[in-house]
Amino acid sequence: WPYCRKRCSYCSFNTYVVRAVDEAAVRACLLREAQTLLRLSGVHSVTSVFFGGGTPSLASPGTVAAVLEAVAGAAHLPAAAEVTLEANPSSASTSRLAGFRAAGVNRLSIGVQSLDDAELRMLGREHTAAEARQAVEAARGLFPGRTSIDLLFGLPGQSRDAWAQRLEAALRLCDEHISLYQLTLERGTALAAQVRGGALPAPPQDLLADMYEDARNVLVAAGFRHYEVSNFARKGALSTHNLSYWRADEYIGVGPGAHGRFVLRGEGGCSREARVQTLEPVTWMREVQSQGHGTRSRKVLNPLEQLEELLSLGLRTDEGITHERWGHFSPQLSLQDVFGEPGEARALQQEGWLVLDSGGLRCTWAGLAVLDSLLPDLLCQLQR
Amino acid sequence: QEKLDMSTYPVESIRNFSIIAHVDHGKSTLADRLLEITGTISKTDHNKQVLDKLQVERERGITVKAQSASLFYNLEGINYLLNLIDTPGHVDFSYEVSRSLSACQGVILVVDANEGIQAQTVANFYLAFEAQLSIIPVINKIDLKNADPERVEKQIEKLFDIPRDECIRISAKQGTNVEKVLQNVIEKIPPPQCNTADPLKALVFDSTFDHYRGVIANIALFGGEIAKGQKIVSAHTKKRYEVNEVGILTPNEQPTHKLYAGQVGYLIAGMKEVTEAQIGDTLFLYKQPVEPLPGFKSAKPMVFAGMYPIDQTEYNNLKSALERLTLNDSSVTVHRDSSLALGAGWRLGFLGLLHMEVFNQRLEQEYNMSVILTAPTVPYKAVLSSAKLIKEYGKDQITIINPAQFPDKLSVSEYLEPTVLGTIVTPHEYIGKIITLCQDRRAIQKDMLYIDENRVMLKYLFPLNEIVVDFYDALKSLSSGYASFDYEDAGYQSADLIKMDILVNGNPVEELATIIHRDKAYAAGKLLCERLKETIPRQLFEIAIQAAIGKKIIARETLKAYRKNVVAKCYGGDITRRMKLLKRQAEGKRLMRKIGNVEVPRDAFIRVLKRETDK
Repeated sequence: WPYCRKRCSYCSFNTYVVRAVDEAAVRACLLREAQTLLRLSGVHSVTSVFFGGGTPSLASPGTVAAVLEAVAGAAHLPAAAEVTLEANPSSASTSRLAGFRAAGVNRLSIGVQSLDDAELRMLGREHTAAEARQAVEAARGLFPGRTSIDLLFGLPGQSRDAWAQRLEAALRLCDEHISLYQLTLERGTALAAQVRGGALPAPPQDLLADMYEDARNVLVAAGFRHYEVSNFARKGALSTHNLSYWRADEYIGVGPGAHGRFVLRGEGGCSREARVQTLEPVTWMREVQSQGHGTRSRKVLNPLEQLEELLSLGLRTDEGITHERWGHFSPQLSLQDVFGEPGEARALQQEGWLVLDSGGLRCTWAGLAVLDSLLPDLLCQLQR
Repeated sequence: QEKLDMSTYPVESIRNFSIIAHVDHGKSTLADRLLEITGTISKTDHNKQVLDKLQVERERGITVKAQSASLFYNLEGINYLLNLIDTPGHVDFSYEVSRSLSACQGVILVVDANEGIQAQTVANFYLAFEAQLSIIPVINKIDLKNADPERVEKQIEKLFDIPRDECIRISAKQGTNVEKVLQNVIEKIPPPQCNTADPLKALVFDSTFDHYRGVIANIALFGGEIAKGQKIVSAHTKKRYEVNEVGILTPNEQPTHKLYAGQVGYLIAGMKEVTEAQIGDTLFLYKQPVEPLPGFKSAKPMVFAGMYPIDQTEYNNLKSALERLTLNDSSVTVHRDSSLALGAGWRLGFLGLLHMEVFNQRLEQEYNMSVILTAPTVPYKAVLSSAKLIKEYGKDQITIINPAQFPDKLSVSEYLEPTVLGTIVTPHEYIGKIITLCQDRRAIQKDMLYIDENRVMLKYLFPLNEIVVDFYDALKSLSSGYASFDYEDAGYQSADLIKMDILVNGNPVEELATIIHRDKAYAAGKLLCERLKETIPRQLFEIAIQAAIGKKIIARETLKAYRKNVVAKCYGGDITRRMKLLKRQAEGKRLMRKIGNVEVPRDAFIRVLKRETDK
């Protein structure tokens, strides 16, 4: 759902602030594109659905229900499939959330970002900390064990202590899943301009490292499993949908700017494609209306490119890449063949950043924090 | 192509002249106008620096290679042959200027109407004066707002003893009064004093290499005549050749039947390398040797730099690029060299820093080669005291051009460094800062005098190495661009030299090793360490960057290890951009140099060694 009521100061996503949204038209296009792409992909069964954006909680439960119906009509959508909706605290009243649940949503991700009003103002968020709390409580009531909250750290001017306090507050409030994101100052955003102009301080690298480590330690101590660079879960409440990204499963992106990775079996294809839908909603709708889908770009990924993605994403998880998963993409060359011989991976193992064993290839606790320093070496080795 | 008949131009109708000036005073623009007025080239808007054929010349607005052009002009019924010999204006090339001037009987001295006399105006004037040439003073850029021709005329009178009323005020850009300059050339500059009946005596004042025709030598005839089929000899190499073609330059090659005494043009005679036609050489007819023209000397390099291919697999490509580039530049000296760290390469000698930069730029632009450049050094000398070393080298005084060859203090009785006598011309308000700058560079003042109410000329004796890297930029910067600088070789002086190493996690970085004066070691070492710290990317372990003299560490910087380097932001399935970035980093890794276990980008050194004000 590519629409928001306002743009947050740090946001650089493909989202649009418009006075009025023709919901019926957008809905019709979402349905049409979902059906078209499901057919093209030849997918039989859908394991999870994720409503992202923008602010999906601004769409009506009716639209959500219609999309799910369309998906169920074009492929098999098991009752147990994970259906997540992202929500903003300012459009997450109990009644509204109940509407979404009735429509078929069974997991909720709330964009809390911070539990401090001053920070929320700096971020340009629409809600207060109190409102965020209410939203989380409402969500926990309706989706017990299936509510996630998003938090940002590394805000300009944020101290290590302040972050520690946020974490504590979040822990008192949260359900069983937390997504922790480091604030990135993207070019073109208002917040980045403020930092560049000197109105706000840029957070130093070492402080960010400390905050991240503190967060990992605190959350693990509270019983969370750090299962991906930015994601923590208790009692098995991992996000099925996001796991499919990191395992390089197939996923179909529907709507303006959505991304997909799938094979066009429905058309007799056998190559995995990287696809992006047209970014601008009005143009996207026109394309969907005339061609059934608004795919802006599609590129076949050759075997090496697929492996590069699998490597770069898989290592972000604590499980890493299993031998079977690797074998699915590389039947001839095993993980051992590529990374077991003397070379970059072996050196990184010796230094304690990486592990290659019967379980597969994965980062150590320390390695995960510096993954981007390991990946270029591993990519070189893979390419060779 | 029809061959021209040059016999219709008797010696009395010939004028050989050059245009000399300080950088940017309008030498090349005036040449453009003269070519237009005489019909040598058509008058269009596109005539800019016509004689500057090299891309690098046009980009940097400088003349690197001397060209010449023969112009035809009719004054009061007589057809004159005017040979314009363009000269490089930069101090690095003063030898070339002097050789070009020896082919002339007069010069046009161009001075900017606002800037007035600058250091190279002075240097070039003296060259012309010593060669006893007629000097036509021209004040250019009178069209600009700040022009003050009257003030400049006074300077010219005071400094050069040339009467004010001889100055011609022009605007080369607009063409104002340029015709008067031509008339003055004919009236004031004498024709050459030579005879076609004499035996052939030709001066080589430049040469270029053409792939199809071989070496094309620019020559000026001091006696006799030359034509196709004749057998000639080079006074310097003693080699014999047969003339294939002669002609004049307009400015493109125009073959002629013959060239006669007093005329200027080109010659093709089966020479394969430009070293066979060195600037200043004399050519004569086989079996008719003549006294060689005075002033010939082999190019003397003043600045050395090591040049290595990024990767040893590029060695052969770089080798052929260097061979082709030096085909056209006989003043670059080339010696094979090798380093433990960088493999096989070369140590090249240049006439100066500009020469080196232009060479490197041409290597990149014309041959698409990126190389590793090591620290520029100057030719130091050491007087050996160790019997063993004296025997090894075969002499007791050696020239050190590679820091790796630096002999230890114990084996040496004296170290020597090359010096230059520098001339600075500056408005007087900058004197204090400039004196401080010079003192900072271990220079000794030799002279100071006012050339007019506002300007001062300072002469300092500098160690050459103190000016080769960034003296010029510093001088320009603290004088807001008004000060000018020129220098000439001034022999060697005793110096307390040491070899400074740069270490990265204990491993020496060969290409950054420098020979330096003991007093300057700490400051230079600290600066190098700081610069290197900024250019090496953080890695998974701490990196210690140190400067050392022998075993003693004199400066240190520490680059902390990465404790977090993973993108922890929200994705939404968009991994394409991240993959591109990661793959680019993987590519970059391939180009990295490994020093010990530290990964260093190959251009880290270039960035460290480059002057800060550079591009």
